[in-house]
Amino acid sequence: MPDAAPKTQTDPEPEIRLNGARLTPDISGGLYWPDRRTLIVADLHFEKGSAFARRGSLLPPYDTRATLLTLEAAIDRRRPERVICLGDSFDDLGAADRMAAADRTLLARLVAAQDWLWIAGNHDPTPPADLGGQVAEESIVGPLLFRHEAFLRPRGVMAAGEVSGHFHPKALVATRARRHRGPCFISDGRRLILPAFGAYTGGLFVTDPAIGALFPSGFDIWLLGKRRIHRLPGSAVLR
Amino acid sequence: MTLSDHIARPGASAEPLAPPTSPALPPVIIDWFARRGWGAHAHQIEMLAQARRGRDTLLIAPTGGGKTLGGFLPSLVDLLEHPRPPAAGIHTLYISPLKALAVDIDRNLQKPIQEMGLAVTSETRTGDTPQSKRTRQVSAPPDILLTTPESLAVLISYQDAARFFRDLRCIIVDETHALAGTKRGDQLALCMARLQRLAPACRRVGLSATVAHEAALLDWLSHPDRASAALVRGDPGARAQIEILSGVDLPWAGHYGLHAAERVYQEIVAGGVTIVFVNTRAQAEVLFQTLWRLNDDNLPIALHHGSLALEQRRKVEAAMARGDLRGVVATSSLDLGIDWAAVDLVIQIGAPKGVSRLLQRIGRAGHRLNTPSRAILVPGNRFEVMECRAAIAAVEAMELDGDPPRPGAYDILAQHILGLACSAPFTADALYAEITSAAPYAALDRRDFDDVLSYVEDGGYALRAYDKFKRLFRKQNGEYEVAGPRVAHRHRMNIGSIVEEPMLKVRLGRAFLGEIEEYFINGLEPGDSFIFGGRLVRFKELREMTAIVTPGGGDAPKIPAYMGSRMPFTTYLADRVRTMLASPTAWEGLPDQVTEWLRLQQWRSVMPGPDRLLVETFPRRGKEYLVAYCFAGRNAHQTLGMLLTRRMERMGYGPLGFVASDYVIAVWSAKPVTQIEALFDEDMMGDDLEAWMAESSLMRRTFRNAAIVAGLIERRIPGREKTGKQVTFSADLIYNVLRQHQPDHILLRATRRDAASGMTDIGRLADTLKQASGRILHRRLDRVSPLAVPILLEIGKESVYGSAVDDLLDETAEDLIEEAMHGLNDGPLHGELPIG
Repeated sequence: MPDAAPKTQTDPEPEIRLNGARLTPDISGGLYWPDRRTLIVADLHFEKGSAFARRGSLLPPYDTRATLLTLEAAIDRRRPERVICLGDSFDDLGAADRMAAADRTLLARLVAAQDWLWIAGNHDPTPPADLGGQVAEESIVGPLLFRHEAFLRPRGVMAAGEVSGHFHPKALVATRARRHRGPCFISDGRRLILPAFGAYTGGLFVTDPAIGALFPSGFDIWLLGKRRIHRLPGSAVLR
Repeated sequence: MTLSDHIARPGASAEPLAPPTSPALPPVIIDWFARRGWGAHAHQIEMLAQARRGRDTLLIAPTGGGKTLGGFLPSLVDLLEHPRPPAAGIHTLYISPLKALAVDIDRNLQKPIQEMGLAVTSETRTGDTPQSKRTRQVSAPPDILLTTPESLAVLISYQDAARFFRDLRCIIVDETHALAGTKRGDQLALCMARLQRLAPACRRVGLSATVAHEAALLDWLSHPDRASAALVRGDPGARAQIEILSGVDLPWAGHYGLHAAERVYQEIVAGGVTIVFVNTRAQAEVLFQTLWRLNDDNLPIALHHGSLALEQRRKVEAAMARGDLRGVVATSSLDLGIDWAAVDLVIQIGAPKGVSRLLQRIGRAGHRLNTPSRAILVPGNRFEVMECRAAIAAVEAMELDGDPPRPGAYDILAQHILGLACSAPFTADALYAEITSAAPYAALDRRDFDDVLSYVEDGGYALRAYDKFKRLFRKQNGEYEVAGPRVAHRHRMNIGSIVEEPMLKVRLGRAFLGEIEEYFINGLEPGDSFIFGGRLVRFKELREMTAIVTPGGGDAPKIPAYMGSRMPFTTYLADRVRTMLASPTAWEGLPDQVTEWLRLQQWRSVMPGPDRLLVETFPRRGKEYLVAYCFAGRNAHQTLGMLLTRRMERMGYGPLGFVASDYVIAVWSAKPVTQIEALFDEDMMGDDLEAWMAESSLMRRTFRNAAIVAGLIERRIPGREKTGKQVTFSADLIYNVLRQHQPDHILLRATRRDAASGMTDIGRLADTLKQASGRILHRRLDRVSPLAVPILLEIGKESVYGSAVDDLLDETAEDLIEEAMHGLNDGPLHGELPIG
């Protein structure tokens, strides 16, 4: 049987340039910054499943594990020296206590293996202290500023180099044959919003005014496909 | 005709009648018949006789044959002969698949009760019943309660269900054939099993249209501890007169039947009150518009389909009942429903799809017994001519089709178990005995039952994480009980097995036009026009869950292509069409255009036979085509297309897309397919199917439905409406995570069972591939064959699948790259200070 050779991937990985920094969006939804050997992830929402269970919806309790395994795979792939979590890493203040023992162990191991920074989010204003890593409201590294939620400034003052999460951006795009909806990175070259990384995180369409207000002069998206990431202009977005 | 004539005639029972017991009617009822100049039908008397013997009974009769009275007569007689104490519970419970039908039947029942002067009370209870009336019904139950499976499930979940139902003597299931084998039917069967425990003496009565699988329907109705239900047949009535519209040019492809619109209009003008049935809502919209363009006589012609606002549908139904309409264009939304005696003609546009379905539709005309129903079939294309012929032949031979009821679904079982726990504590053993006494679950394995119970208790996850959040508590004595009133309240708000597509309201100015599938609106850009509710509108914007439209204009509407309204044709009809194709003697009487087309196929290629799978391959305009004549129905073909393109990708043929109809599937590719046998190998149903199921949006939708029915995701949370969108999205995420971490979870097993039929129709596909194994007939042609022309013409009209999503996205990105990427978004390589 003429088994086709696997498609050779010759295209270079897409890149996001932000305030002079060259960044690589990862198919996991994380962002890699090669020059600083830093991996950035947003909105892990550990224990979102058990938070729903507490309110009566017994969702499969595997979301924390799934998120951790994806994160571990991204770390193995990129081999960063540093990991920055952009807030809402824990779905609520009780989340860390609800984690299964095995999940806690895995997370602690990951945190211990590299320089780790927890940025505080609205769901986790005080990330747990006993898991290791450092905690900050925001952090400036070279040309980039990391915070949980993009800061909408008064007119005229533009954010330069802001990297954030919070909005869980997703987009709907038409192709020749069908529509594809998925999480995406969104940027105008000055600010960048990451997709949510957590296994149970839904999304907000990039056409939502809450996101639109942050990009007054348009944006591109980097849409997560099945195996690759696709850069598309904002004009290609249906929703 | 006198009453004694009827009594003298034994009912057409399937089994020999016992020596005639005295089924004599009470004088009050004889008088009533006499006053109206009627006699009781033989089957009504027979129903009474069976009731006196205490037998469960299934009445099979056409609509309009006094079927409903046949169902209620024994109860009226019993209530008359055995007066009950004032505080008695429900005596007779009537279940209908439609709310409107329950209300209509109640009205029709009140009349004889009043005219006979009986002290019998009857009331309806549906989702529309006001709270005050429901509360009163529980404290002071009527003798006869008319309701739906969903409302019954809510009643069963109340703590005083035992008191409410303890005096129950009879359950009447109307349109049994439409309920058995569906999830609603499963729910009803489970509720009947519970009612049997609360009121052991209670009898079951089924009212059904003619069906293919009588024995299976009898089993469905019967309680296993009792003798099988007796079968009573009504007078079959006059034979329907069905013809195929002739003398019009037949298009090669398409289903809309617009080529015949002028003739259809003339038939309405000549034929009296007419229902024009179509197969999809899109078709209904377009045909309705076309008919009105032709409607020089200004005949009152209306439109009826499931997306229109409920009030609008009720208005049409009321106008029809009053006799104010001359015609109505309708989809399956009118297949069932209240009885209109005044319909003179039924016109079926497009393929009939199934014999039983066609009979049901035809039966809407000429409801007066002994008046033959008159029907005209209008095939939309050449293949459909043969399908119409096959259906008429089957109707004449009274051979019906349809699948026997399938085993019960797990998701609705989970819902039911929680409902029972809300009502009263149970032990697992007693519950298992009760559940397996419901026919759809008679063969339920104890382990599967335990898994469902464990799912209800705490999610049934291998990782025991939710001890604190259980829905069921286990008491010291081993009994299960509901974890608290909040769980019970939430459960009752989410009862039911019908999961709708996420819908958006459509609003024009202040008028609410109806609801439309969200995915359709998602595909529109502001300014796009489409036909909805019989008018051309233009999409303006989306506000929350409402699509705002303005009056249309412009020339090319985007036609709504609604989801789920396309059923595949039945295996039975497919077999008849195949047989007809293979024997030229059967072509006699077909329109010349069709016979010429078939002869040409014989000459250029070969006819697909009943026992071989014909596969043609040919080049056309730089692409290679493969057409397989599987006759397995559209849904199975869609799934096959997904699997074939995956395999072709792996085998290096470079598949580009596929399109499926009820009859064939066509795939096109960069290179010609040479290894046909390998391509169609049955092992496709192994790894390829697995891989496809992981990604398929159809599987995700199937899972979402199961997750909602089983209560994993809620439709409604008290005080907080969850939009359809959020539900869809989270179900997707759960599907991925659960497949990865607990692939044998009961809800994934439920999803697989559901996927065997329905939109994915995997069961039918598996049968087809099995039959084809070793019997593929491959014809390599130098050009398209005549029989393949229709499907190739569908390309461009139908959704075309193919190519992995990444390739499609790359293509889109490349197309757009020139358009908008002029450095605007690529920041400079030197930065400025980050401003926080």
